[in-house]
Amino acid sequence: MAKSALLKSSIAKKYWMALTGLFLCLFLTGHLAGNLQLLVPNNALNFNKYALFMTSNPAVKLLSYLTYLSILFHAVDGFMLTIQNKKARPIGYAKQNAAANSSFSSRNMAILGTLILVFIVTHMVNFWARMHFDKNMPLQTITVEVMGQKQELYMMVNGGYMPTNQVAKTAEEAKKNGAPTYIANKTDFMNTQANVKVGEGYKDLYKITVDFFKHPKFGLIATILYVLSMFVLAFHLLHGFQSAFQSLGINNKLTPAIKAFGKFFAIVVPLLFAIIPVYIHFILK
Amino acid sequence: MSAAKNINITLKIWRQKNSKAKGSLETYTLNEVSTASSFLEMLDQLNEQLVNERKEPVAFDHDCREGICGMCSLFINGRAHGPDTGITTCQLHMRMFKDGDTIYVEPWRSKAFPVIKDLVVDRSSFDRIQQAGGFVSVNTSGKTMDANAIPIPKHDADKSFEAAACIGCGACVATCKNGSAMLFVGAKVSQYALLPQGKVEATQRVLNMVRQMDEEGFGNCTNTGACEIECPKGISLENIARMNREYLKASMK
Repeated sequence: MAKSALLKSSIAKKYWMALTGLFLCLFLTGHLAGNLQLLVPNNALNFNKYALFMTSNPAVKLLSYLTYLSILFHAVDGFMLTIQNKKARPIGYAKQNAAANSSFSSRNMAILGTLILVFIVTHMVNFWARMHFDKNMPLQTITVEVMGQKQELYMMVNGGYMPTNQVAKTAEEAKKNGAPTYIANKTDFMNTQANVKVGEGYKDLYKITVDFFKHPKFGLIATILYVLSMFVLAFHLLHGFQSAFQSLGINNKLTPAIKAFGKFFAIVVPLLFAIIPVYIHFILK
Repeated sequence: MSAAKNINITLKIWRQKNSKAKGSLETYTLNEVSTASSFLEMLDQLNEQLVNERKEPVAFDHDCREGICGMCSLFINGRAHGPDTGITTCQLHMRMFKDGDTIYVEPWRSKAFPVIKDLVVDRSSFDRIQQAGGFVSVNTSGKTMDANAIPIPKHDADKSFEAAACIGCGACVATCKNGSAMLFVGAKVSQYALLPQGKVEATQRVLNMVRQMDEEGFGNCTNTGACEIECPKGISLENIARMNREYLKASMK
């Protein structure tokens, strides 16, 4: 009985909500640390190096699968709990004064969570999916002056450079225009004649991000929606962070400190996230 | 305390013939209600008026009328046991209301507390949870050991006593947006878990009581903390956390 109870019972569902929620708080911290690099001037290469590390390192990959699972489990478990809780009161009250005994956040976790899920899906379509699957993902270049002439170069992972005018987008294109190099597998530079890999470029996630929030038509609305989503996240965390500890049975003399840190976390993390698109849209040149 | 005065009020009361009937809110006007009377005395006054008008009086639960028994319920103006904190409905006084107020009176709303009639709900689901494990098995053949013979740390005894103050009124379920009974069950689990006499059956107790709680159709706790605020006996959320710990311990065994 004990084993099935750890999956199905009301209290077990709380444990899972708490554990996945706290893990996602750790994820938020890591994600934020990565994003904050966008605020550093002339940092495109470092940011793209970081993006490459985050999509290729095996340990990070394992953590990313844990994160996807946590998001799914947190959402599905939360959805099931909400349905059950609605069933527990088939006839509602004609008059209710819930504000007298509970906070706005605590009463609206399901709707806040749903909004966050919508945000996560759109966010992943806009950035994560492009980084992982987009065949036309741009590779990072720099512009240098060689003997008074501006030249654009691809930056390579091994530290070398590849002039962009010598690289075709596909093997067919290279055959047609006689370019010595073409791009395969999204990032591999291939020698056209020998068909061997001669280097690898950086996916330019930095450019994707900046273009997204600086888009002439949709940049402003994207920035506003992002900031609004961070407000929603803040309210979700305001209740969720300290609530997770209570669910795990931690309610003791540390609780005031946990609650205080929870408030700090719930305000500071979304605020720092929100500053980044605002900076890109309004300040970054 | 200011002198009592009389006020006129409008009542919107849930009337429901029996458990199967479809109920509705009915409106009543009640004049000359003394602010010194308790809420239940006001309902007595209404019922006298209804009887004089040859109408069916409003059914509501009550017993000791001194805040001990946990029988009186009522969701008054959107709050369990009405405005004011740390009280049952019998301890609520009409001085909390003003002349001309409209007062909503509804039964506890929970799938596990079905309405029997008007404002009376069936709280036997609490009894079944209690029967599932809220006790200590002792030999009552006459050779029972004196409970005071076992030394208990003062801190634990106090915490246990605080949990034991629960009168099982159901305000926690009524006020919880999820209709969760975890404050009640948390208090009952804690009361025994803190004492050496209760530790013997701790594992089965928490597993059985939580299973029964889930079977009765109560909702899940989302830690809004509303129960703690509305509890007439000030049962703390610490008890839910303790139950969560006990449950985790018991499930691992």
